[in-house]
Amino acid sequence: MGATRIMDPTDEREPIRRQRTPRPEQLTGTVGLLDISKPRGNVLLDRLEALFAERLPEVEIRRYAKPTFTKPAPDDLRREIAEECGFVIEALAD
Amino acid sequence: MTTQTEVGTTLKPFVLSDSTGTEFRFPTGRPALLCFVHEECQTCALSLPLIEATHRAFGAAVDVWAIGQDTPGNAMLIEGHGLTLPMLDDDALAVSFAYDLDTVPAIFLADGSGKLLRSFVGFGRVDWQDLVADLVSISSLPGPEIRWDDFPESRPGCGSRSVEPMIAERLLAEAEGSPLRARRIEIGSGDDEHEFLFDQGLTDGLPVVPPTPERVLRMLGGTRRDSQEVVAIVPPNLAPVTVEKVAINAVMAGCRPEYLPVVLTAVEAMCTDEFNIHGVSATTMGATPAMIVNGPIRNRIGMNSGLGALGAGNRPNATIGRAIRLVLRNVGGAKTGGTERSTLASPAKFTLTFAEWEERSPWNPYHVDHGFQREDSVVTLFAATGGPSMIVDQTSRTARQLGGSLGMVIEAIAHPRARGPQEMLVVLCPEHLDTITRDGWTKQDLLDRIQEVSAKPLRDLLADETSGVGIPLARFGPDGPTEEQLSQMVPKFASTDNIHLVVAGSDAGKFTSVFQGWASGPRGSMVVSRKIEEV
Repeated sequence: MGATRIMDPTDEREPIRRQRTPRPEQLTGTVGLLDISKPRGNVLLDRLEALFAERLPEVEIRRYAKPTFTKPAPDDLRREIAEECGFVIEALAD
Repeated sequence: MTTQTEVGTTLKPFVLSDSTGTEFRFPTGRPALLCFVHEECQTCALSLPLIEATHRAFGAAVDVWAIGQDTPGNAMLIEGHGLTLPMLDDDALAVSFAYDLDTVPAIFLADGSGKLLRSFVGFGRVDWQDLVADLVSISSLPGPEIRWDDFPESRPGCGSRSVEPMIAERLLAEAEGSPLRARRIEIGSGDDEHEFLFDQGLTDGLPVVPPTPERVLRMLGGTRRDSQEVVAIVPPNLAPVTVEKVAINAVMAGCRPEYLPVVLTAVEAMCTDEFNIHGVSATTMGATPAMIVNGPIRNRIGMNSGLGALGAGNRPNATIGRAIRLVLRNVGGAKTGGTERSTLASPAKFTLTFAEWEERSPWNPYHVDHGFQREDSVVTLFAATGGPSMIVDQTSRTARQLGGSLGMVIEAIAHPRARGPQEMLVVLCPEHLDTITRDGWTKQDLLDRIQEVSAKPLRDLLADETSGVGIPLARFGPDGPTEEQLSQMVPKFASTDNIHLVVAGSDAGKFTSVFQGWASGPRGSMVVSRKIEEV
């Protein structure tokens, strides 16, 4: 029996390997808190924001929210966060 | 022989070897006589002495080649006929295919640049006499001694091996200009092809049909669309999927070519922003597309809308849904444990497709109620997280009672206190349909009754010690809800439009089933219906 040839059912794309951005030694600048819009995600993020204010008052906090948790974040939102923040914390809750 | 027989056309160049591995390139710069033959063909056997004779007579000026269609047969021809002319090996049939042969022997006389001077197939004494006369004139050499009376006037040729059904498909798949562009994967002869496909993570956990080029090509015969047309961008990896890639996965799922237009349209519908297959796949709730097919294509491809419509045993029902899941998995990259993250999931993740029994119902079929023509063929995708959940009612004899039963059970779907962005797919069985319509009810009457019965006063919907699910009391402030608020009826569904109703199932049995939806509306998944344009 000879070899069988089949057609590749996948998208044939090689995933791009990216270097992780080096982690900074210190937390400074702006931290984005991204609410994915699951119920009570805001509760978790409110608490985080309060802890930041208490322990790292020099850090600026900006709040963001996805329009819905069921879809990936829109491009504009991702760009906005990348431009405005050095860090981002994405919160999942229920 | 269609494209190559016109005198004056330039024959396709080729390179073939004889049994010793010596390469022969056409055109040669000299006149050439190409004689395609096959060992099992009696007319070829009849012609070979003439072919050999022309080689001996004109070989000094003309390249006379036999081109045999299978290696062992070629050796037998050389031996059996004492051939001294070159016997080129076209066992792969690539040249026979390129020359569009349907009959052997096929004889082509060409000039030094490859331009066709004369051709014929089968055996004709006059054809051969004319050919020899041409060769005499081209070569200025004397013709061979041939006792023409020993030859019959004519004999039909035999089928070229290149048009035998399985072979023709392989050749088409491999030929230049083939519609197939996807990467080929070679499975070693020592490997089990099914085990290989499992090992590569290309199946849904059940065996798949190996997508050989021949099968994919046959599948592509089910559509007029260009094989390289991008059908959709498939989440979660946002990978473009071509008609060819859908066809490959449809082969794997077990589809027949005539199902392909349904699969293609379903992939388009699934990948819309409205349906939001990314969220449907990723949710821990275990959502999956439930697909309903309406319109003439249901019957044309033999879908089941009757007995056991939601179950096993019908090929299009089983394989169309499976095909879109395989596209999602293999092209979109939605793999269990990756972006596919259901807590429990459901067997419906393998496949969930059925047809509406439109002919059984006096009401408009689903697609007509949603803006399509009755003669349109339409696929509808509903993101189902649960079901089929059966509603057993064998005793209600009026539409009002039966509608009440449906409302009571439907109220408990997901959770009795779940309200608001709910959607439901109701598959109404024929006996229940009869009970409803006997009282003259319309579909809307039934939906209204379901909505009426599944509504509850606020007081029954408050979260309490029995269950934490419900409307939190805290929402009403320190004084709590007023008596008026407590008595207010809260519907299960935001609108009766959120109850999607189709008719299916056997004539016997009073068992309607429902599928519960997922997060509905623009923030979740919306029901998407799309016309199959190509039917």
